[in-house]
Order: sequence, then structure tokens, then C-alpha cells
Amino acid sequence: MPDVDVRLEGVTKRFGEVKAVDDLHLEIQQGEFFSLLGPSGCGKTTTLRMIGGFEEPSAGGISLGGGDVTNLPPYRRNVNTVFQSYALFPHLSIFENIAFGLRRKKVDRSEVQRRVKESLDLVDLPGFDTRKPTQLSGGQQQRVALARALVNRPRLLLLDEPLGALDLKLRKQMQLELKRIQQEVGITFLYVTHDQEEAMTMSNRLAVMRHGRIEQLDVPERMYESPATEFVAGFLGASNLLEGQILDRSSELANVGVAGGSTVRVPTARLDGQGPTVKVGVRPEKIKLEADEGDPPAGWNSVSGTLRVSTFVGVSHQYTVNGPADSTLTVYAQNLGAEPAPREGERVRLLWRPEHTFVVQPSAPLAEWEEEQ
Amino acid sequence: MAAGVQQLAKPKTRLGKRLAPYLLIMPGGLWLLVFFLIPIVFMLSVSLQTGNLEGGFAQTWHFHRYIEVFQQYRPQMVRSFAFGTIATAITLLFGYPLAYWIAFHGGRHKTTFLFLLLLPFFVSFVIRTLAWQFILADDGIVFGTLKSWHILPAVISGIAYNFLPFMALPLYVSLERIDRRVVEAASDLYANKKDVFLRVIFPLSIPGVFAGILLTFVPAVGDYVNASILGGTNTTMIGNIIQLEFLQNFHYPVAAALSFILMGILLIGIFIYARVLGASSIEEYV
Repeated sequence: MPDVDVRLEGVTKRFGEVKAVDDLHLEIQQGEFFSLLGPSGCGKTTTLRMIGGFEEPSAGGISLGGGDVTNLPPYRRNVNTVFQSYALFPHLSIFENIAFGLRRKKVDRSEVQRRVKESLDLVDLPGFDTRKPTQLSGGQQQRVALARALVNRPRLLLLDEPLGALDLKLRKQMQLELKRIQQEVGITFLYVTHDQEEAMTMSNRLAVMRHGRIEQLDVPERMYESPATEFVAGFLGASNLLEGQILDRSSELANVGVAGGSTVRVPTARLDGQGPTVKVGVRPEKIKLEADEGDPPAGWNSVSGTLRVSTFVGVSHQYTVNGPADSTLTVYAQNLGAEPAPREGERVRLLWRPEHTFVVQPSAPLAEWEEEQ
Repeated sequence: MAAGVQQLAKPKTRLGKRLAPYLLIMPGGLWLLVFFLIPIVFMLSVSLQTGNLEGGFAQTWHFHRYIEVFQQYRPQMVRSFAFGTIATAITLLFGYPLAYWIAFHGGRHKTTFLFLLLLPFFVSFVIRTLAWQFILADDGIVFGTLKSWHILPAVISGIAYNFLPFMALPLYVSLERIDRRVVEAASDLYANKKDVFLRVIFPLSIPGVFAGILLTFVPAVGDYVNASILGGTNTTMIGNIIQLEFLQNFHYPVAAALSFILMGILLIGIFIYARVLGASSIEEYV
């Protein structure tokens, strides 16, 4: 069991009347890549800024490696930050930018030389020491910001949407790079992002935040496969949700009658503490689409509908199906080329395994200011 | 056909594009030519004339006059630069914390504070200084009492007061422009408050310091209003001499020559200052 590196206990931050962070409890393990994910305004950046020391919590405590840091200024915390805008010192060379923290800690000159060189190599920018930040591209500045933080070998590295300003291709590349660097240096990373794919690609564990609270905290696979709330289900990629009544929960697989008359089977354990009305869902890639003829195969959940839109994406097809009770269901089917693709307007059947059915707690609909993802 | 149209259209746009910068610079250029360049050439010629008001002036190319007037008024010249330097230092000393406070802690009221800073400008320069005469003249309430101590002549205080906004405003602009994330990054990288200021905020505000010193020092050295209202005979500055020679003694060539000496020294000084404190050397502060 690795040590707990960061611990937040009942942390609350109020800005006037607004609670940006609301009674947050969180533990991050030593060496973990942990992500805070959520729409803008969910409190993830405020949480990060409180851990960095840029904001003081209105209530609660923060400890780092066992020591209480709640009221320590940033310069007395063994934490470094990679800012969204990089925040490089415009008047200093790349070398001096990276050496800044070491110089403040009075590390001796030869050691500074060696470590700055080392971290420039780590972020793949050897020989950039004499340049100024303005002479670098966005991606390069991002790497310098990373090197400037890592060179100090902090206990914890905070990253505030560091890839937000990069274009898609560079972002993908930097995601892998960041993961590699994190594994190489073994420092705990706390990563803040609104990009669910980014969070899932890189994190060991992640927490989805909303309205200053954590909606769900888990490893990426489980978070994706069985989201706890409607909000998480919707935030982590496309999901198909159907409302229904629990008909029978006596065996291992419970029966849920969904609108339109179909019965969907769900592992009973997932219905714990819920009902009688529940929302069940399934991820689009788990669904098999076939023509609605004859009886559905045994052992599968089956819902019928009309195929509305078929979009060819290249590696896959994306289908939009009008399901029972005005529901719209999405299906991703890999483009295997084996069977003829169903055509728009046809009656189709959506099949998936009962174990791929998840149950969510209903959430309040997204407010307008949350929509941006 | 299409090629023909293109060929016709091209030279027209190109000509317009090439002319645009000249058209843009013309009003300002003309203004400078008529109201700056011509008068300065005229005054240069006056400085090399000989004669008096009754008999008229003749162009004698009397270059020696520059040396004569410089030697004659060297004490006032030296005093002007000394007063200007001290006054500029005082405005920097008072203006920097002021600008810093407004930029970093002014909050929602920044504009109000800036307005308050500029408020004295709405009262005439001369009236302001006259009001000062009552309290601060060398024989006024404050300095009259402190005169024997010789702490600060009223003239220097007057200059410093009058030029404070010229110092504070460029400082404010340069401080305001500093990215707050960069300041946070410094404290994130173990810089305490003193280091944050010395290594990041101050170096980044140097353009403002540079502009503020320039805007204060140049008019301060040439100032004569403060000296004539607040000062006595032992605080006469070169500006007063120029005014005296020009408006009372009608020694136009002397006044003109003194003006050019002053301008020459200032230009050389500023040139050296700009080279020393130019943008490239900022890194040495870290």
C-alpha cells in the first residue's frame, strides 16, 4: 500500500456567495497520476490552486506527505505547478527559467548546470538554453514549463490544463510524453482537465467534479464502464440512457422494464439502494446492431428502434437510432466489412450483454454555463 | 482575360499600398517640420548671431559664445542637473510604491486611484506651485523652519511633486501589464516576496522605470517655474537664466546658446542611459 501523498479534508472555498469547492475529501497516493475532470466552473482549478497555495481554503485542511500545508505560502510548499498559460518568465532565457527554482533554493552552480541540462534532455529540448521564451513555439514553451517545474523534484506536480492551448496532434503526442515523463521521474501528478479522453488516457485514477463536489472517483476503466451518475455517464463519452421500473430483483440479473415494453437485464448488485424507477445505460460500442427479424438471441438485452442516421467515420459506422419512448440511441460499429450495413429508415434491433448495462443516479440537467466541454 | 484584369488591377493596389505609410506620416511630419524643425534651425542661427535689440542682430557665426555662456552659467547648469537628478530620484521613490499599489492592490478602484493621481493636473501648473509657495517656499511655513538644516530645497520638492504623475503613470502601465500567472509561477518556484519582487516584478517593470525617468528628468532639468516661485537666489536653475536672458535682457543669442547646450547634454545623457539600461541588459538583474 503506497503512502498517501496529498490529503484534502473537508476543503471548502467560497468566493462571496458562491461555493467553488464544497466540502471536498480526497486522497492521492504517492507516485500516482491523478486527474480532476469536469466542466468549466466545477471547482477543479480552484482545488488545484488551493493545493498549490495560491488560494486559501475557507474551511478544511490540506496535507502534503503528512505535513499540514493549509496556510503555507506557495514558496514554502514542496509542490510545483505547470500553468495553463505556461507563465514562463519573459525576461529570462530558457536556462534561467528552468534554473529559477534551484537558484532560490541555493543549489550550487555546477549542480544547477547539470540539472537544467538533464531536464532539458528529459523534455527533449537540448540546446535551447540561451533562447528566450518568445522564440519558442507553444509546444516548446509547454515543455519548458514542465522542465522548470520538474527540475526541482517536487513531491507533487500540479498541472492546470497544460495541453489546452495546443493543437490536437501535438496534444496527443504530449499526452504520451507526459505519461512517459511521469513514469520516468516517479513524481505524483495532479492533472486538471476538462477533456475526458485526456484524463482517461493518462490517469491511474480520476475524479469527476461538478458544482464543487466529486461526483465519482475511480480508475478510468471502471468509471467509463459503470458511471455512477447520469452526469458522469454523459461527461465520459456518449451514453445511451433509458428510464425504467425494476420488475424483479430476486436473481443475479434483475429485470428492468423500460419504456416501450422491452425488458433489460442488469446485474442486480448495480441496483443497490435504487428504485423502483431507475436509469440504465449502455456504451455505444457495446451494442450490436441487426435487422429486427425473428426472435432476439437468448442471453442478450434487446431494444428495437428505427435507424435514423448512419454516419461513415472510416474505422467505424456511427448509427443514430430512434428507440422506445422518444429516446435517441447511439451505436458505434467497427467497420469490419463482413455484413451489409443497415440502411436509414430500417427497423433495427440493438443487442448488448446484460453485464454491459450500467445504472446511474439521475443528475440535474446541465446548466448552460456547464455545457462547454 | 482573367490575366489581363489582374494585370490592370495590380499596379493600382500596389501604388496605394506603397503610398499608405507616407500618407499616414504626412500630417505629423508636416507638423514637426513647421513647428519643430524650422524653429530649431532658426534658433540655432540666432545662437550664432551678435548684436542687441536696438541695433539689430547679425549672423556672425560666433561659435565661441557656447564656451563663454557655459563658463558663465556653469553653476546654474550643474545645479539644474543636480536638482533634476534628485527630484527624479524622489519621484521614483514615491511613484514606484504608489504605482505598485494601484496596479496590484487597486482592485476595482484602479481607475479612481489613477484619476486621483491625475487630479492636480486639472489645476494650472503655476497655480499649484503658487499654492505650494505658501507652505513650502524656502521662507514658507515648512522650509522656512527647516532652512538652517538644508534638508531639501523647496524647488526640488516642487519639481518632484509636479512631475510625480509623469513617473507614476508609465510605472503603473508596466506593472499592470505583468502577467499575474508569472508572479504566481515565481512564488511557486520558491521565491519569497522579496525575491518575487527583485527577480520578476522589478525586472519586468524596467521599461516603465526607463520611461518614467525619461519623462521626469528631461522636463525637470529644464524647469524654471518651480525655481522662480519656490526658490531664492541661490536656487536659480538654467531654465531661469534662459528665461531671464530671453524675456528680460533680450540677449537672444545667449538664451539660444544656453538652450542648445542644455539640449545637447540631455541628448548625450539620454543616449548613454538608453544604451546602459536598454532592453537587452534586463537579464543582469536576475
